[in-house]
Amino acid sequence: MHTNDTLAVHAQGLVKTFGDQRAVDGIDLEVRRGEVFGVLGPNGAGKTTTLKMLATLLPIDGGRAEVFGHDVSREGHVIRQLLGVTGQYASVDENLTATENLLLFGRLQGLSRPESKRRAATLLEQFDLTEAANKPISAFSGGMRRRLDLAASLITRPPLIFLDEPTTGLDPRTRGQMWDTIRELVDEGCTVLLTTQYLDEADQLADRIAVIDRGVKVAEGTSDELKSSVGRSSLTVHLAERDDLVLAAATARGLVGEEPVPSPEARRLSVPLERSEQAVDVLVALREKGIGIESLTVQKPSLDEVFLALTGHTADSDTDDSASMEAAS
Amino acid sequence: MSTLTTTPPGDATQRVTVDTGVLDRRLATHVSLGQTVAQTMTLAWRATMKMRRNFEQLFDVTIQPLLFTAMFAYIFGGAISGSVKDYLPVIIPGLIGQTVLTACIATGVQLREDMDKGVFDRFKVLPIARIAPLAGPMVADLVRYAIASTLTFGTGIAMGYRPGGGVLGVFGAILLAIVTGWSLAWIFTWFGTVGKTAQGVQGISLMVMFPLTFLSNAFVPTATMPGWLRAFADVNPVSHVISAIRELANHGQVTAEVGWAVLGCAVVVAIFAPLSVRSFNRKM
Repeated sequence: MHTNDTLAVHAQGLVKTFGDQRAVDGIDLEVRRGEVFGVLGPNGAGKTTTLKMLATLLPIDGGRAEVFGHDVSREGHVIRQLLGVTGQYASVDENLTATENLLLFGRLQGLSRPESKRRAATLLEQFDLTEAANKPISAFSGGMRRRLDLAASLITRPPLIFLDEPTTGLDPRTRGQMWDTIRELVDEGCTVLLTTQYLDEADQLADRIAVIDRGVKVAEGTSDELKSSVGRSSLTVHLAERDDLVLAAATARGLVGEEPVPSPEARRLSVPLERSEQAVDVLVALREKGIGIESLTVQKPSLDEVFLALTGHTADSDTDDSASMEAAS
Repeated sequence: MSTLTTTPPGDATQRVTVDTGVLDRRLATHVSLGQTVAQTMTLAWRATMKMRRNFEQLFDVTIQPLLFTAMFAYIFGGAISGSVKDYLPVIIPGLIGQTVLTACIATGVQLREDMDKGVFDRFKVLPIARIAPLAGPMVADLVRYAIASTLTFGTGIAMGYRPGGGVLGVFGAILLAIVTGWSLAWIFTWFGTVGKTAQGVQGISLMVMFPLTFLSNAFVPTATMPGWLRAFADVNPVSHVISAIRELANHGQVTAEVGWAVLGCAVVVAIFAPLSVRSFNRKM
């Protein structure tokens, strides 16, 4: 039926249309067994729709997909036995306690009552929810719900987990815990397919990343491969006087060897940096020239810049985008 | 800080575990009948937990029967039957019909609410029978119909109603009321699966429920109605159910009315169960 080198997920030319809009427009994915595969993209890029098709939650309109060698369209019931799914919004029962929720999902999937109880207790312990085990979910914080949701996906110990934006809206500490749990799962041999809007998250977790935009895969590779294709950090300085902009740009160019991007209306100058330390050199040089600075930031490449580099447009399209795009090119 | 990282290594019971062995097993391609029943009962358990946690969900089958029985009997008793005591054998079965029908509405509305909730997304990705999330609450609602009809009888008896059919007759009447509730619930379940919002489902359901109960023999003998109305009231399945309950409770007789009532229920189920299942499956 399958061999060890069968791909965990293999999608070819996936298409999903809503009306005349192609939400997913021919996406190919190959997720190897035991890896964390990240699908990175902005809101509305088609990440969740892709995941839903692979999870049998939405019918596939075009192309085909296999999970561990089973056809997603025709063998839905088999796929659902291999899969744990945790969505963007906690899908647990608000009327039940944490323990009852886990019992419900264990029993529904054919575990005996004692086995369900045993696994529920273990999972609650593991996810730091033992104290809240018998409290109603309505009293849970967002982070607790998310952890319970993941625990619910794990009660049958599935070999493949889909995580749809697992840390969106979580505080940094809870996010870190979530990342630890995902790493543990992978150590145990689990394959993880996750979607995220955060470059940082994909960077931390994913072995390989596919970047999706407007229903199309625009890039794929390891985090390092993507970053080197995307660009570097930049220093943005807000000048006290607009008239200093030209002098400041020339000064910065002399130091970093590249053309800074000015925004005259905002009295702002964005300087590309090869190394972050160069920021200090630029700032010292500006002070020596007597150029006043109101504020400054040093930024790593953002998702917006990934998009700018890969697609020629920014992640969300409002009117500013065309201006900054022209400026950048 | 977190349990996840402070867990001592090697303590296997405290680790997330993954069963990759499942990949080497032959997996079922469909849900067996036994599994479907087990899953339905698990979801029925969930529905009863929900009822226990939200007692207001039981108002329509607890407070309402008490209130309506007393109200209708004292208001209409003298006018329709000459005295409250003489009206009770007429109104108690009528109110059972009405209460059970009201309880059915909640079945559809709550299904709609359920489908809008996050937990429903999880049901969809579980390897369970697609029908179980619909069937589970319907099984649990049998409890509601039983409470409603028992309480209505109880209130009537407290007010002086002495059913001539004896214990067995009353028991039969309650059983018929439960069967009726389950059957007619399919109408409202269908509304639940096609309606866009819970409020919408509630609105449509009330629009159907009121004519069905008031244009029947539930509260007054149909003989006093104008011809056209009487024609409708006489064929209304709710009338047959109420007549059957009256004959069971008041005379302990299983008459043709019981047959008509059961047939009416069967027709409703035959039409609305496939409709409900089909539109539900489309959303599952």
